[in-house]
Amino acid sequence: MDKYIEMIRVRFLMMLAYRTNYYTGILIYGINIGAYYFLWTAIYGGKEEIQGVSVVQMTTYVAISWMARAFYFNNLDREMAQEIMEGKVAVELIRPYNYLGMKTMQGLGEGIFRLFFFSLPGLLIVYFIFPIQFSWDLSVWSLFALSILLSFFINTQLNLLTGITTFFLYNNAGLIRAKRVIIDLFSGLLLPISFFPGWVQSIMKFLPFQGISYVPSMIFTKGFTQQEAWAAIGQQFIWVIILIIPIQLLWYLAKKQMVIQGG
Amino acid sequence: MNAIEVKNLRKEFKAYSSRSGLKGAFRDLFTRNYKIIPAVNDISFSVKQGEMVGYIGENGAGKSTTIKMLTGILTPTSGQIQVNGMNPHKERERFVQTIGVVFGQRSQLWWDIAVQESFRLLKKVYKVSDEQYEDHMQHVIRTLDIEPLLDKPVRKLSLGQRMRCELAAALIHNPPLLFLDEPTIGLDVLVKLKIREFLKEINEKYNTTILLTTHDLSDIEALCERVILLDGGKVIYDGGLHDLKENLADGKELHFQFLENVDLPAVKKATNGMPVKWEYDEKEQVFIANIENDDLLISQIIAVIVAAFKIKDIKINETSTEEIIRNIYEKGAVEVG
Repeated sequence: MDKYIEMIRVRFLMMLAYRTNYYTGILIYGINIGAYYFLWTAIYGGKEEIQGVSVVQMTTYVAISWMARAFYFNNLDREMAQEIMEGKVAVELIRPYNYLGMKTMQGLGEGIFRLFFFSLPGLLIVYFIFPIQFSWDLSVWSLFALSILLSFFINTQLNLLTGITTFFLYNNAGLIRAKRVIIDLFSGLLLPISFFPGWVQSIMKFLPFQGISYVPSMIFTKGFTQQEAWAAIGQQFIWVIILIIPIQLLWYLAKKQMVIQGG
Repeated sequence: MNAIEVKNLRKEFKAYSSRSGLKGAFRDLFTRNYKIIPAVNDISFSVKQGEMVGYIGENGAGKSTTIKMLTGILTPTSGQIQVNGMNPHKERERFVQTIGVVFGQRSQLWWDIAVQESFRLLKKVYKVSDEQYEDHMQHVIRTLDIEPLLDKPVRKLSLGQRMRCELAAALIHNPPLLFLDEPTIGLDVLVKLKIREFLKEINEKYNTTILLTTHDLSDIEALCERVILLDGGKVIYDGGLHDLKENLADGKELHFQFLENVDLPAVKKATNGMPVKWEYDEKEQVFIANIENDDLLISQIIAVIVAAFKIKDIKINETSTEEIIRNIYEKGAVEVG
């Protein structure tokens, strides 16, 4: 376990090594939240609420989903693809650790770093600029914390899955991009799931995507009752378990037919 | 117990080939032609604990593939491998704890962070205790002279500096078996010498087994008593470097430079009837006589040539290892008694 915790620390150091990335990241998230805020106020156009969601709730939803995204989002799929394409994965495999576990820890290190040095200060700024409703209810916060941790795992598992496909496809840049757009759209980051047409919603119930962004954001904006929140968290948890199966299967196949590219 | 035991090891790759033209490219979308190519073709060898073995061969002979199977990265198509008493790819995590690997062409340190941070992480990864680390690594760091590099990020190091750090990183857990895949590629003479000396030292001190692949035969000459020669995925020679030289390098080369204008037929005519093979190196303007190692013959040829032409320079060379290896590749097989 020691080594995995050490890996989180190393990832912290790596994030600090690229400070410019860090600052521009804050800027980009700020712009995104601002843009969506103005977009939504235009859509509301003076209306009290749409689909039972008020404009303040919507703004809070947008702000909180972007801030949660900073935590669960990572580029593990792209990193893995690069490591596999350049043959660096060979070096990873001569170390006495689980490659996928180590990758997850790197993602977690990155997520924790962003949460504290990026989301929190960012949220504070956003709080003063836009009309946002914060709950100070401890039970909401703890449910939210649990939920974004599970979001992280679901998103990371999907990333690992996409990353492993590089072993079979050799170049999967297109797949990685497609996956990112699908997650942004279907996870409820751009649009709350309750705004989708009914038949789309019923399909999405059977997909893992809403567990990534919609669930934690709804919990935070109190769009869910406590009971609904627990049910949603339960669903997230089930997805985390289910996704282990294809990952292990693909990883097993990948190891069998692995080709180390570039000598 | 042998450190490495390999029996009938085989690794096949699918090699895809593209059809030509636009029509071919469309057909490739649906079905692709491929051939199965054995990169490593039924090789067997064993290495004893404490041996330093040179594993050599041309590009694409299957050296790196073998190393990757021995280190548990690749799964063999067939055959048995036993390294440090374990099956590398079956018990990978436990197995890699007992080996150290240096890939000359790729770094295993983390690019963006200071060297000592990488060391610290590796120390945790290999579960090395503080005392062990202090005891062993202080010495390694001193010998490789990397103390001043420890707080620099890897991306700021020169190749020679980085290689020394890589070597130190591979030795953090003091493994009984060390794989070096072209560790001296692109390094200057001083760094090369330092690395060689260091390898000899740890071999003596800890009885570390070392398997070394390289294209630089001087590395092999300096370090290894035994070489395994690979060609087309097959072992074509396995034995002492000394024997290889004894048996195959029994020739001598006489180099002549003349003051006057001489051509190849003229020298051939002068030594007519003697067992000599003449060559002319146009770049160096040297006439080379390849002959057997026979003192009498050497003197005779020199006598004849000196009497016939005006001499500028004479040299007597032994056939170099490189020459021997080249000859072996050209012939494709070795017969050593």
